[in-house]
Amino acid sequence: MNLNPAQIFIAAFLVNNILLMRYIGLCPFFGVSAAGSTATGMSAAVMFVMLLATWVTWILFHAVLAPLGLVFLRTAVFILVIASLVQFVEMFLKKYVRTLYSAMGIYLPLITTNCAILGVTFLNIDYSFNLLQSTVFSVGTGLGFGLVIILFAAIRERLEDAPISKSFKGYPIAFVAASLVSLAFMGFIGLFGISL
Amino acid sequence: MDWAITAKALLGLGGLGLLMGVVLAVASKKLAVKVDPREERIRGVLPGANCGACGFPGCDAFAAAVAKGEADVAGCTFGGPSVARTVGEIMGKEAAESEPVVAVLTCRGGTEQAPRRFQYQGTYNCRQAALLLGGPKACVYGCIGMGHCVTVCPVNAITLGPNNLPVIDEKKCIGCGACTKECPKQVLKLIPRSKLVFLACSSHDKGRAVKQVCKIGCIGCGLCVKNCPTQALTMVDNLPAMDQEKCIDCGICVHKCPTKSFVDRAKGRPRAVINPNCTGCGLCVKECKFKAIEGEEGKQHRVIADKCIGCGMCHKVCPEQAIDMVGALGHARKVA
Repeated sequence: MNLNPAQIFIAAFLVNNILLMRYIGLCPFFGVSAAGSTATGMSAAVMFVMLLATWVTWILFHAVLAPLGLVFLRTAVFILVIASLVQFVEMFLKKYVRTLYSAMGIYLPLITTNCAILGVTFLNIDYSFNLLQSTVFSVGTGLGFGLVIILFAAIRERLEDAPISKSFKGYPIAFVAASLVSLAFMGFIGLFGISL
Repeated sequence: MDWAITAKALLGLGGLGLLMGVVLAVASKKLAVKVDPREERIRGVLPGANCGACGFPGCDAFAAAVAKGEADVAGCTFGGPSVARTVGEIMGKEAAESEPVVAVLTCRGGTEQAPRRFQYQGTYNCRQAALLLGGPKACVYGCIGMGHCVTVCPVNAITLGPNNLPVIDEKKCIGCGACTKECPKQVLKLIPRSKLVFLACSSHDKGRAVKQVCKIGCIGCGLCVKNCPTQALTMVDNLPAMDQEKCIDCGICVHKCPTKSFVDRAKGRPRAVINPNCTGCGLCVKECKFKAIEGEEGKQHRVIADKCIGCGMCHKVCPEQAIDMVGALGHARKVA
């Protein structure tokens, strides 16, 4: 794995997009993409938590788990740490940064143990990234998540008004639309990408 | 079994869990935010429809604003006077009584009455259709009829009728004004619930132009203005404008209008009946705008039931109190 930070960013942002290419974090992808405003709030919260979780878990893994030979515990430990971290951050924001809390407060508990967050922290370990690479990777992934969910919210807002047959209204047509958007993103595979 | 690694795992995970628990426990004490207890109590009595009629994003924000003293205790339109009173009690303030309102549609040109100029094939939504030459309906003032109001109503009080005009269920309507704000043609209006008569046409075109695009639109003839007993109506831009203060809801304009552009919300109106006190002076005959009273001078007059609309003008003018209004005025009020 000899990718420079710019390549890692592009790969995380587009080529290996977490929603459309890895199919991780699909619950918020369909759950909150019904309207542009909720999608924006959710992606802001995901970006924020993803970065924090990356730092904490990376340090925890390399400073504690690896030296002690407890690598096999990483799933349990990461879930525990991320969940506690999000709870703490929520309380902190509520007390000191009220505007940020009212903007994304309701989304924070939703992503306490979101698979996208957990997935990114695992991938950082699996790809043996250093801290800088991990940071770039998680920022790229978070932005990629935001890009796709906001694009998709725009599509779904239009689907609401489109003349669609009754049996396809709602989630069925959203899934069809998601697969078509995913096909479009597959075009980026030609560039390069991250793989184990 | 490797006991050393098991012990390390148990201690490590248990220790981590304990650490996190302690950190969170301390944080919840240190970072606790004091919430005004009144805010929660106010939030409890609010209806929770999050309709936004108060001007705040949802009931939570309204409750917070009231608790801080930034919003009026009677700001909740949905809750009406009863909620305003309770919120006022919590805040220790007197709530100013506000008249409950209801949304009405000021257009009656459905599919049959008002033809289309062109076939619209875009997104089926009033606001988007309105962007294209003002919408497919030939009358540019009229309701587009794609039911955007139906989707924005927070209490599902609006349905789209068979003639593609929204039908408002007055029992469900909370008067939040969400539909009136969203309607691209502004044909939905809020009127006081006690108001019985309103003009259901929004066209400012001249009579001839209205005739061409709508069978039921106001042609600006001015008959209503001439016949209004309290001069509550004046002609403004080819449309009668109603002075709410002067209007007595008598319903004369409703029956005088040749195009039936006025709507009477009253469920039923009383009828005039002349009793034997009548001296046959004939004042009522002159007063009645519908020629509903007949009789010879000096003898007891009688009311032609089919013609009487129950406006009560004769009752007011009779010097002998010989005319009774029989039957009740059925007000379409909010059902509590």
